[in-house]
Amino acid sequence: MQELINSLTDGFLLGFVYGLAAMGLSLIWGVMSVINLAHGPVITVGMLTTYLLFVHFGLNPYLAMIIVAAVGLALGLLIYIIAVHRVISAPHLSSLLATFAVNMIILGIFNAIFGGDQNNISYSLGSLSIGFVNITYSRLLAALGAVLFTAFLYLFLYFTRPGKAIRAVANNREAAELMGIPSVQVLALTFGLGSLLAAVAGSLISTIFPFTIFSGGPYELKSFVICVLGGLGNPLGALLGGLILGLMEGLIPMWMPTSWVPVVEFGLFVFVLVVKPTGLLGAK
Amino acid sequence: MRALKQAGIWIYVGALLVWGLAVLFMQDPTLRETSFTLLMYVGLASSLNILLGYTGYVSFGHIVFFGLGGYLGFYLISVQGWSLYSAALVGGLFCALCAALLGMAVLRLRGAYFALATIGVNEAARAFISNFKPFGGATGLSLEYSIYDLYGGSMKALWLAFILVWLIVIAVVVTSYLVKQSRFGLGLMAIREDEEAAMVMGVKAPRSKTWAFALSALFPGIIGTIYFFKNGNVEPDDAFRLHMSIEMLVMIMLGGQGTVLGPILGSVAYERLRGFLLVSPLFKNLHLAISGVALLLIILFVPAGAVGWIRRRLPRLRGVLE
Repeated sequence: MQELINSLTDGFLLGFVYGLAAMGLSLIWGVMSVINLAHGPVITVGMLTTYLLFVHFGLNPYLAMIIVAAVGLALGLLIYIIAVHRVISAPHLSSLLATFAVNMIILGIFNAIFGGDQNNISYSLGSLSIGFVNITYSRLLAALGAVLFTAFLYLFLYFTRPGKAIRAVANNREAAELMGIPSVQVLALTFGLGSLLAAVAGSLISTIFPFTIFSGGPYELKSFVICVLGGLGNPLGALLGGLILGLMEGLIPMWMPTSWVPVVEFGLFVFVLVVKPTGLLGAK
Repeated sequence: MRALKQAGIWIYVGALLVWGLAVLFMQDPTLRETSFTLLMYVGLASSLNILLGYTGYVSFGHIVFFGLGGYLGFYLISVQGWSLYSAALVGGLFCALCAALLGMAVLRLRGAYFALATIGVNEAARAFISNFKPFGGATGLSLEYSIYDLYGGSMKALWLAFILVWLIVIAVVVTSYLVKQSRFGLGLMAIREDEEAAMVMGVKAPRSKTWAFALSALFPGIIGTIYFFKNGNVEPDDAFRLHMSIEMLVMIMLGGQGTVLGPILGSVAYERLRGFLLVSPLFKNLHLAISGVALLLIILFVPAGAVGWIRRRLPRLRGVLE
């Protein structure tokens, strides 16, 4: 029982971070119907930036998040301008392969510079015990950070002009343009925001787990699963999807070996896609 | 069988025949290995092209059939003691059956949803096989060396694997050509252009799509068995490598999707480029990044691929460049 509660708490807290990463993917899909296969490397960028700032400048990983966010935003804008803009209204294969090309370029450059070694941010904060529940502070802070950024995204999308413009373009690009919204800038901003969220999620993950330059990939796949659970294109549903996945990861190892977790995850993913492609929480 | 009267099919088959015979004649192991890899990619890309290029459904995890067929065939050879021929055949047929069953469910999805579902299927299969005890779990299976003796020793077995892949690839290319020229293929291309309109015109879209999916899964299953037989062992990470799946897409895009020649040219060009980058001291570390840049340039500026580009420029060659 004690084990179960500990495992569930761990999964639950991690779920917030998963949700944050998936939110970026979901936002981009919702606004421009592009599945961003460069999502994983952007997560890696977040991890690496945090790591490099910590190792070379001794910067606190949580403070580094602000710089990571800026890097993510800039990278996203750059990817949009170079790779995505030209293929945005082309068939899906084009945008899938264009973002995958970006994926290869980023990983190729990292591979040349950093190699495949494992990096670890040795910044331990100890853990908190409430009764028999043990929570490491790094997980707690990561979950808190994810909630903070979700709140930021929500406030941005619903209460600022650029945020409203993003929602308008997601709703109907032509109509939004007729209302005088510069849709190209809005799309670029959306891609930037999506990458920002991915990079921050990477930064938070790097405070919990060691990573290599290829670590972004599995989180990208998890983000797909979460997006489908929460409804593709519904960023706030992604947080819920993340929590579901986190809880599942805490729960499943109670009954079967941990290696079965991905079988269940991806099985569920395909099942939900086939039965209800708009996601468990999506609209009809 | 109108297609058999056209020049294109004979040119492609002739070129493949000459290629294989030249390798057999020269008896050079290095050449055989490079040709094996090239031919394997030609076969995989051409199979995928039946679904992707003709039907317009982007199967992102198509490597799942290479992996599943390879695993089943390998299991039959190493544990059950089947011969390579029947194991490869069963591996391929099993994949076609899987694709037909799976297709009934996932082919209802369109566009990016279908692509995502195929990624999910591949990851699910990889995760499942990693836990599946009869197939050796995460460590996979290995072949006992003595099995090669049935085929006249390991040297002979390697040549046999080459010949089989060569013949299969010729079969894939002929199939791809015949499908393209047939009524069935025209139906598929109508689905690609506009599925609703095709159905209104009397194309039985669900059935045609399922057949196309099954056909495009058959050959990767056979090739998978031969490949892992040659390798001597099979592991989940080798069999279901998502990266390889995407490389197949890149090859098709490079050569020109929806053409018979495109995937052949594309896979040869891509493999040669990668081989060059991997051995060149200047680009070795950056080979992934350079392939990425090349891919991006093609997607952005030559989306029809090499063959599509030539066909548009030189209409006179259209009869040959199918």
